[in-house]
Amino acid sequence: MKRFATFWWDFVVGDDWRVAVGIVVAFGLTALLAATSIPAWWVLPLAVAAVLWLSLRRVVRPPDRNEPT
Amino acid sequence: MGLTRGWRPALVGAGAATVALAAIVAALGPALTVIPIEVLRLVVGALLLVFGLQWLRKAILRASGWRAIRDENAVFARERAEAASAPRVEHAGLDWYAFTISFKGVLLEGLEVAFIVLTFGSTQGSIPLAALGAGAAVVLVVATGLVVREPLSRVPENTLAFAVGVMLTTFGIFWGAEGAGVDWPGGDASLPGVLAFVLLISLGFVTALRRRRLAIA
Repeated sequence: MKRFATFWWDFVVGDDWRVAVGIVVAFGLTALLAATSIPAWWVLPLAVAAVLWLSLRRVVRPPDRNEPT
Repeated sequence: MGLTRGWRPALVGAGAATVALAAIVAALGPALTVIPIEVLRLVVGALLLVFGLQWLRKAILRASGWRAIRDENAVFARERAEAASAPRVEHAGLDWYAFTISFKGVLLEGLEVAFIVLTFGSTQGSIPLAALGAGAAVVLVVATGLVVREPLSRVPENTLAFAVGVMLTTFGIFWGAEGAGVDWPGGDASLPGVLAFVLLISLGFVTALRRRRLAIA
């Protein structure tokens, strides 16, 4: 059962869980804005750019600032 | 598996996985068509986005030199050695190691392809057309392999991964936003704009990370 859960976690979430969390938050924000009269189409592209950059930055930070793996 | 453990268990495993895959697709395909289109686009968009970003992240790190490009020859040699040294246990007259590895490989890779084909087809309202596209891709890949006759290591794997990541991320943004209630300016005509945006930021990230690596070196 644990291996089954691990497989699905790796399959869907992958190396960086923060990306998945960021996407979920961005979808929530998009849905909230879309329910108002404010245009919401720009939220997801900007969120994707931000989430991707932050995830990449975590990999290329100097070693002393990386979290232990 | 075929080269190291024998072709019979490898082909039986691949065949069994193909049958399992066909059963899963036959069960899930019609089920997808009864889900409301907005819900489907939201779920599909979110999943495409997380898959696409996984591909894109790795491809950007490899293209910018922060992660090593996969050496297919080394991977092949390592996996061949692992397969050759695994103990031989027989079930149902088959080498179980070769059978299960082949079965799992075909099933997992096939599931990813089936997911993409089914979701693209159902969100655009034509699963047969999406399946036709997937079939054409299979024919094209096999034909190219037969004509070119180059080893797998010559395939520009990271460029392909980069392109797949950009496409999955683009469709994920587009459908996911629609599922969340967004009206895109210009409707479907904005899709090339989203594609250009994703491509530009990805190439920009490659350039920025490459410069950063060179500055540190």
